[in-house]
Amino acid sequence: MLAKSPTAAFRRLFDEVGTVDAVGVEERVAKFTTRSIKKASKVKGLKLATSMVDLTTLEGKDTPGKVASLCQKALQPHPGLDAPQVAAVCVYPSMVRHARKALGSDTGVRIASVATAFPSGQAPLRTRLAEVKAAVADGADEIDMVINRGAFLAGEFGEMQDEIAAVVEACGDAALKVILEVSELETYDNIRAASFLAMRVIREGDFIKTSTGKTSLNATLGNNQVMLEAIRDYYLDTGIAIGMKPAGGIRTAKQALQFLIAVKETLGDAWLTNERYRFGASSLLNDLLRQLEKEKTGAYQAPYYFSEAAESY
Amino acid sequence: MATLTSDRKSTRPSRPAPELIFGDLWEFDPSPETADPKLKPRYDLFIGGQFTAPKSGKYFDSINPANEQKLAEIALAGRDDVDAAYAAAQRAFDTTWGKLPGRERAKYLYRIARLLQDRAREFAVAETLDGGKPIKESRDFDVPMAAAHFFYHAGWADKLDYVAPGRRVAPLGVVGQVIPWNFPLLMLAWKLAPALAMGNTVVLKPAETTSITCLKLAEILQDAGLPPGVVNFVTGAGEVGAAVMNHPTPAKVAFTGSTEVGKIIMRALAGTEKKMTMELGGKAANIVFDDAPLDQAVEGIVNGIFFNQGHVCCAGSRLLVHEPVADRVLAKLKNRIRVLRVGDPMDKNTDIGAINSKEQLGKIAALVDSGVKEGAEMFQPPCRLPAKGFYFRPTIFSGVSMSHRIAREEIFGPVLSILTFRTVDEAIEKANNTAYGLSAGVWTDKGSRILKMSVELKAGVVWANTYNKFDPTSPFGGYKESGFGREGGRQGLLDYAKLV
Repeated sequence: MLAKSPTAAFRRLFDEVGTVDAVGVEERVAKFTTRSIKKASKVKGLKLATSMVDLTTLEGKDTPGKVASLCQKALQPHPGLDAPQVAAVCVYPSMVRHARKALGSDTGVRIASVATAFPSGQAPLRTRLAEVKAAVADGADEIDMVINRGAFLAGEFGEMQDEIAAVVEACGDAALKVILEVSELETYDNIRAASFLAMRVIREGDFIKTSTGKTSLNATLGNNQVMLEAIRDYYLDTGIAIGMKPAGGIRTAKQALQFLIAVKETLGDAWLTNERYRFGASSLLNDLLRQLEKEKTGAYQAPYYFSEAAESY
Repeated sequence: MATLTSDRKSTRPSRPAPELIFGDLWEFDPSPETADPKLKPRYDLFIGGQFTAPKSGKYFDSINPANEQKLAEIALAGRDDVDAAYAAAQRAFDTTWGKLPGRERAKYLYRIARLLQDRAREFAVAETLDGGKPIKESRDFDVPMAAAHFFYHAGWADKLDYVAPGRRVAPLGVVGQVIPWNFPLLMLAWKLAPALAMGNTVVLKPAETTSITCLKLAEILQDAGLPPGVVNFVTGAGEVGAAVMNHPTPAKVAFTGSTEVGKIIMRALAGTEKKMTMELGGKAANIVFDDAPLDQAVEGIVNGIFFNQGHVCCAGSRLLVHEPVADRVLAKLKNRIRVLRVGDPMDKNTDIGAINSKEQLGKIAALVDSGVKEGAEMFQPPCRLPAKGFYFRPTIFSGVSMSHRIAREEIFGPVLSILTFRTVDEAIEKANNTAYGLSAGVWTDKGSRILKMSVELKAGVVWANTYNKFDPTSPFGGYKESGFGREGGRQGLLDYAKLV
């Protein structure tokens, strides 16, 4: 009996992948916040961060018009400023075809869609898979799924992984981002363990992602670090490079640079690309642009100087 | 087995082992701290509340170890200057400080602490210029912690009736103190604050390579209106230190420095009435068990040995790793130290600054050579070092055994020796198999093991799942050849008191 209990399952998993000391993680990430990024390195960091943004709108009130304006912002973040396009727009499945229409097919901006009954994931598996297939059929390049947190917390790791594997299959050529919803996992130990479970069933080039942005606590430097270290350990063990996407709560350019410093010092240069690192954010983009403008002109512009295309996240 | 191995080789395409790239794709621009350290071209002795020229008229240069440029001239004290300092201290004890109620002494200490906080940036820059430590450490650790020691002991000064229950305490009188170059301002605070709170007066000698922040603090003592002679600073090298320690006046001497010099002092003072406290060398064991959270342990190992270029008496210079995780810890450690930034201490992004002096750099290099010769395996990250100044790459040795010199002698530099163990008892035995006993670290998820280790390890401080954590309330000091007496907390205060 004991061997089948959730406690035993967790114990085995922690033994396998290792545990995390919360105080130590927070001490480590505090060091990232004391790094001082100036001049050319700041401009480079801001541009890199801009190119990594998954510009997101995930509201019940989203309309095709709103999505079209989001897509326009993604293609040309700020006229007159030498800022790169963002990596992707991120929308609900029903908005994918509108996004595709706005972006066209010949574009560097990818379309990501949250699927699998985002944000709770509380729908039958067949419904979730159908949603994924529909989004891909409508033109999504990337799917952001949520894991079955209930299964994970109950120690039903097989069930959680089987569902991810089924979504991988439903994705076809689309890249997958697996949202752990870290605030519902509660401990760094669980975040690390869930990262490994997810990474073992996804493909090179797929991502793990912190959160939906729909709960109280989203991406922090701490949970970002725990997941980066999991990605690093998995890569060094298997040679399979998994991407990372912190999402929710990153609103300022300063925060974004701190997350990038964590990437630089944990995973190294190979992850400093939007193929392996993304920011799930919306208001972040305008702060990045504002800082870039400031580096260029020496003066801060008023916020209303920058077009507002997304107000959620 | 052999066929299996060869079979595997022939059928699988050989793929290079995955590696991380820590390159210059996103290099940081220099980010120097620019506050003015407000240095004077020449610093005199501080005797009787006044800056006083040395009777000999001699001065020596203090240089910046980061670029070997001269910072200031420092007075070289002679025997008669030391006499004058002790006379001033005795006078101050007899006439003012010794008679002042504790609550009045507290006011001065609070004032010193606040003035130091007011000038924190200036002091941090001066400390980094003079000693070579990274600005982020002097800014975030040395200066705030020095102020914290003055605040803490100010709090005690009017509560001394309660420091030893059932007993009354009284000051000892005049005390002589000698401090090292690794934490010039902080060691100064550790020595001055408890002595003053208890009502003693002081003659103190800073290390000859790092006298500047001490003499800058003299300016703060003047600004605080501290009565003349309560604190006197005499500067110079070893002979001045010997004169301070061997002088007939002090009722107590306190020394922080090498075990070698500590022994000389103790020999000279044997048979006298003088009280002594000694805070000497260390060769701390940092012990990592297989159930430890490894990434955080690696972070602690790095903090333990590379903090302040390893110029830390309690540095975790011997890493003892449980065999099942030894390879993984070593691999993680190598990746971690590849991103340490070595270079200009004044750059806010520098993690490892300059070695304090040419002499110390020579000592470190010699011990590292011995490690290579004795057969330990060395790893250094391929970082660029500045052309001028004293720098040493962070260095780790694996495959070290207990008989290697690098496992026994205090290197006092950014050099880590890694040993392995199999059982708890073996870890304890290896950790205790040293002449030193200042500090130790234990990394494990198991609470009961932490408690057992903290009892069994013969070390003054045992850190659990962390390393190099300090607080004014926590007593610090050693066992065996790491010295005796405590600094900080109630215990540290009692070392400056007599019970009456």
